[in-house]
Amino acid sequence: MDLAAVILVEILYAVASLVLIGAGLAVVFGMMRVINLAHGEFMMMGGYATIVAVNLGINVYVAMIIVAPIVVGLIGLVVERLVIRHLYGRLVDTMLATWGLSLLFIGLVTMIFGNTTTGISTPISGLTIGAYQINGYNFFIIVVAVILLLAVFAVLRWTRVGLVARGTMQRSDIASAIGHNTSRIYMVTFVAGSALAGLAGGILAPLVGLVPSSGGAYIAKAFITVIVGGPSIIAGLMSSAGLLGVVAQIFTFAATPVVGEVALLIAAVILLRLLPQGITGRFLKGRL
Amino acid sequence: MNLTRRDLLAGAAALATTTSLVPWVPAHAAEMIKLGSILDTSGIFDAYGKPMQKATELAVAEINAAGGLNGEKIELVSYDTQSDMALYTQYGQQLARQDKVDVVHGGILSASREAIRPTLRKSKTLYFYNVQYEGGVCDRNIFITGVTPAQQAAVLIPNVVKDWGKKVYILAADYNYGQITAKWVTKYAQEAGGEVVSTDFFPLDVADFGSTIAKIQSAAPDLIVSALVGGAHLSFYRQWAAAGLNKKIPMASTTIGVGNEHKVLTPEEGNGIRVAYNYSHELASPTNQAFLKKWAEKFGNTDDIHELAVSTYQGVWLWAEAVKKAGTQDRMPVIEALEADLSIEGPGGKVTIDPKTHHATLDVHLMEFQDQKMKVLEDFSQRPPLDTQAVCDLQANPDDNQQYEIKI
Repeated sequence: MDLAAVILVEILYAVASLVLIGAGLAVVFGMMRVINLAHGEFMMMGGYATIVAVNLGINVYVAMIIVAPIVVGLIGLVVERLVIRHLYGRLVDTMLATWGLSLLFIGLVTMIFGNTTTGISTPISGLTIGAYQINGYNFFIIVVAVILLLAVFAVLRWTRVGLVARGTMQRSDIASAIGHNTSRIYMVTFVAGSALAGLAGGILAPLVGLVPSSGGAYIAKAFITVIVGGPSIIAGLMSSAGLLGVVAQIFTFAATPVVGEVALLIAAVILLRLLPQGITGRFLKGRL
Repeated sequence: MNLTRRDLLAGAAALATTTSLVPWVPAHAAEMIKLGSILDTSGIFDAYGKPMQKATELAVAEINAAGGLNGEKIELVSYDTQSDMALYTQYGQQLARQDKVDVVHGGILSASREAIRPTLRKSKTLYFYNVQYEGGVCDRNIFITGVTPAQQAAVLIPNVVKDWGKKVYILAADYNYGQITAKWVTKYAQEAGGEVVSTDFFPLDVADFGSTIAKIQSAAPDLIVSALVGGAHLSFYRQWAAAGLNKKIPMASTTIGVGNEHKVLTPEEGNGIRVAYNYSHELASPTNQAFLKKWAEKFGNTDDIHELAVSTYQGVWLWAEAVKKAGTQDRMPVIEALEADLSIEGPGGKVTIDPKTHHATLDVHLMEFQDQKMKVLEDFSQRPPLDTQAVCDLQANPDDNQQYEIKI
């Protein structure tokens, strides 16, 4: 019974962390069709921003939830103005450019912080469930993921900004004909996606030993989650993170973490074979 | 491609110019002894490589300040392999064939060692590998001065089984080091009357241990033994502490601390972890105190000294003593001098070369993490490399050249 509760928490945690990892990319890739291969590095920089802020004496929650998204959002702003805006609609070129950016960021962070593992401790102590101890921080990640999904949904569904952004992504020529400044809308959307990546990096920082190359561990999972999810941002992210997270955790518990990772990849391959447009290309069509 | 005669001539001319730009390297500059160093001082392994390079420089500077070896100064030729295995092959060739060094010290990962070992053997260049590794290399041209799994496990495991209980849960990195270490841990746990309830292996990029932590609790072991390796695996210690388990189930490790990881974890996360190594900053011996002082004078700060740096320092000194004893830097006399039970007193204690295996017999210290330091609990003097001794005898088969998989 206790074990079942622990497994349930771990499954929810796995789903929540996939949501966090994928959210920024869902906006940048899912909405804007920009293949951001530097997404992992954006997360890594969010982690470093958090650690630096905490070491400067800033409250750890402020560092994770406010400092990290702002710092990475600003980096995203610079990147969008200098590089990405010249490459909208050119998929392969953005891939190459963002891959170059990812190498640049790894190099810069290595120069500044050195190539050693850093990290901070989790701010929440362990919890007891029956005979088991679990990481209390898992609950925090689950809560943040839920709030994040609700917030993104609310902005896109009920605000004018969200409506205009969605419209621009679908037909930028029409949006521009109605009088919207599409270049600015693209910029804001990219910055929002970057800030989400920074948030995810900040929130996950206390759980990992951070090195400049940590981004590599996130990038594959982020793309798999977003591509399996398909065209709808929220529904896609939730359905694919839910499915893949559950599959991965069940196999991890039944066998080993390696088998869990393999199961996740196999599930993704099968899904894409059956639903090449992603889950929301078939089901929940047209939802957000 | 359409190549005209003119293009060809132009190309040839350009080629001739570039060739003449390559500086001319004298084959034997003056009468210097040449020591080649080949280490990753940049890239992902630089946390290991940089202090090792410093240790080499320190030892060479000391030897030169004392008048060199047999009246000749040592010239240090260093290459940075940038954590790229391909560069080991290239620079290894360069050290052996172009620089014609008398000895090579270096290599960090087992893969890097195996990349240069054949080249150095073929070109008859003496090689020192100064790193803790999985054991089993049997080659008369190589000397290995780091600790092997049996040396650590033989000290660590009986102690923790006695102090903490009989049920052992092993976590290890999923490559040859972790696999082999897990076998030795199992063997010593059983000999001490313990039992291994489970052994889990993790690829080097696994960073999420939530499910593992739950599984460990359902197995309810008395202690866990970790042979996890690298930055991603460091997450385990953090997540273990975040679940509050570091206060409930004690842990021993054969790997944490080698790259000074105990300084990355907070005291709350690290306190109480037991390890067994050759070196700790906290060793009170006069040799270690003198070593720390010399390091501080040369580099300012002693925080970056770790196990592998000290192994390197001891490796260079072992070679230097052998050159003195042999009266020459030529390869065979030096090997014979090393095989004649040569020993030195290093920062980690006495180090003796075992003539049968060319591995080191050395002091192993049982230690516990205490406020980001390694507090020495007990000293075990002169532990032989039992694992490699079980398979390798270079006195009986001097031409042996392989890495054995040790059957336990």
